[in-house]
Amino acid sequence: MGAVTGTAFVVATILKTIVFFVLLLLGVALATYMERKVAGFMQDRSGPNRVGPLGILQVMADGLKFILKEEVTPGAAHKKFFVLAPALALFPATVLFGVIPLGSPLPTRWGRVDMIVADVPIGFLYVLAIASLAVYGVVMAGWSSNSKYSFLGGLRGSAQMISYEIGLAMSLVPVLMLAGNVEMPVLVSMQQSFAAGPATYGMWFMLPLMVSGFFFLVSGLAETNRVPFDLPEAEAEIVGGYHTEYSSMKFGMFFLGEYFHLITTGALIAVFFLGGWDIPFWQGDNIRVLADGTVIGEPTWWKTLLTLIAFTAKTVFFVAFFMFVRWTIPRFRYDQLMDLGWKVFIPALMAYIMLMAVAIYALDTAGIEVGIAYSAALLGINFALALILLFLVDRGRLVRGATAKTRNRARAEAAAAAAGGSEGDLHAR
Amino acid sequence: MIVDFFFVLFAVMAIGGATAMVFARNPVASLLYLVMAFFAMSGIFVLLDAHFIAAVNLIVYAGAILVLFLFVIMLLNLGRTEKTDLRGPAYGILGIAVAAAVFGLLLVMLRDGHTTSMAGGMGQATIDAMIQSQGAVGVIADPMFRNYLVPFEITSLLLLVAIVGAIVLARQKAP
Repeated sequence: MGAVTGTAFVVATILKTIVFFVLLLLGVALATYMERKVAGFMQDRSGPNRVGPLGILQVMADGLKFILKEEVTPGAAHKKFFVLAPALALFPATVLFGVIPLGSPLPTRWGRVDMIVADVPIGFLYVLAIASLAVYGVVMAGWSSNSKYSFLGGLRGSAQMISYEIGLAMSLVPVLMLAGNVEMPVLVSMQQSFAAGPATYGMWFMLPLMVSGFFFLVSGLAETNRVPFDLPEAEAEIVGGYHTEYSSMKFGMFFLGEYFHLITTGALIAVFFLGGWDIPFWQGDNIRVLADGTVIGEPTWWKTLLTLIAFTAKTVFFVAFFMFVRWTIPRFRYDQLMDLGWKVFIPALMAYIMLMAVAIYALDTAGIEVGIAYSAALLGINFALALILLFLVDRGRLVRGATAKTRNRARAEAAAAAAGGSEGDLHAR
Repeated sequence: MIVDFFFVLFAVMAIGGATAMVFARNPVASLLYLVMAFFAMSGIFVLLDAHFIAAVNLIVYAGAILVLFLFVIMLLNLGRTEKTDLRGPAYGILGIAVAAAVFGLLLVMLRDGHTTSMAGGMGQATIDAMIQSQGAVGVIADPMFRNYLVPFEITSLLLLVAIVGAIVLARQKAP
């Protein structure tokens, strides 16, 4: 079945834009509610539970509050940029969502409708290009407020975001080396397996490229400016950072922008590393469109629905993961943040890209066909590399440190037992 | 028609941004207008089907170099409004003359019909076929890393030299 053309294409695109944007907005609203509930869970309290059943209408109450609050523009602010900044903070995350494939193609009476708003031929580069504009919202807000705390927040934000953008881009190089293409639907189909057509890897990239996935996860978290990477708005040091001077819905836009970013980052990790909309352990949903327009697989409406649900589940998983991280880990110190970005991520990623290039070249030279065996070999290499990486990052603090502590305690207990003391004595000391 | 609409939109944004950048009194504002001009330029590249150039323009210029500029300007003078023209009217006249010369050159090129040579004389059909088989990025990557690998590496070496030079200058002890 051919793709929709002409008027049907225009109508389909407009419909997709509206539906996906409304879904994204709904997701953002639910994410703010989810954050409060997760915070409540982590801190052993109920979270919002007054407005509506289970407090679900808290979202509406918050939104209303944002709109009804008095809006203050500082007298010394650069008005034009002060007003523009919140819009620029929302723009990248929303526009990025347009290139994410959300489900398998939907067959309609007028032709095949791909579940992606804009299938741009440079998918991955588009992601990088738009993500690199995210910094301007923060910088513009910080500078135009004309206040020292905002300004410090803006400076921190710009330094942090350009540092971790490099990690974000470099961690995707191995993915591109495997996929050999930058189009987002191709990236998804390369992680599935097919009976016909060009060979694919048949495995989510999180497995054969797990080190990459780890770096992308952390860099993506850093790009969202959330704890532990929330230096630009560190409230204990610089009041509210770049949005100190903002009030009412202008602040609300920064607030929502964070959740837009969160969902988009989760969706991107799902596409690049968790097979996008692929349903695991089931080959029936594997559908792809080749460059010449041939469709492999059987698109149906219920498959589209199922894959949409699978994609949502993956995104929600990462959003939840980021929320749990937020309520678990304290904020970095600024020098630690920069050290991690420049002295750990970039050298490690350079070494990793070299190693992966060598591994892929060696596998190709050895004559191993692209497929499950190929991915399994890469998985083995990556597992070893991940262990080395964890050992280095850990620096004997957590894993080895804990075992040392247990060993010391066991030794002390043995010594106490030899000295005739009871276990109770040891605890009393 | 919709392409025309977006072309006019981006063209107005690009020209307006560039003009505002020249006339803005505040260096930070000036830079933000330049970002707008770059963004609009990328939009025009997309309308020309040059997706790769559009993305690279945003990644390299708007996303990296201008952020560094912004960083330096904000750190050095906190974006205070400065006297914009330090060098007197002679430089202004020279600038206008150069701009007029470049514009005149473009007009001459347009009149003589040099507009089709952009695609290297290959024609739209050939380019479409290449994009179909190699993808928008492959079309550029293939010649770049096969035929022009040495010039490409020499260019990156030049950038490395510039970086080392900057570090040497920055670390120099005051006499």
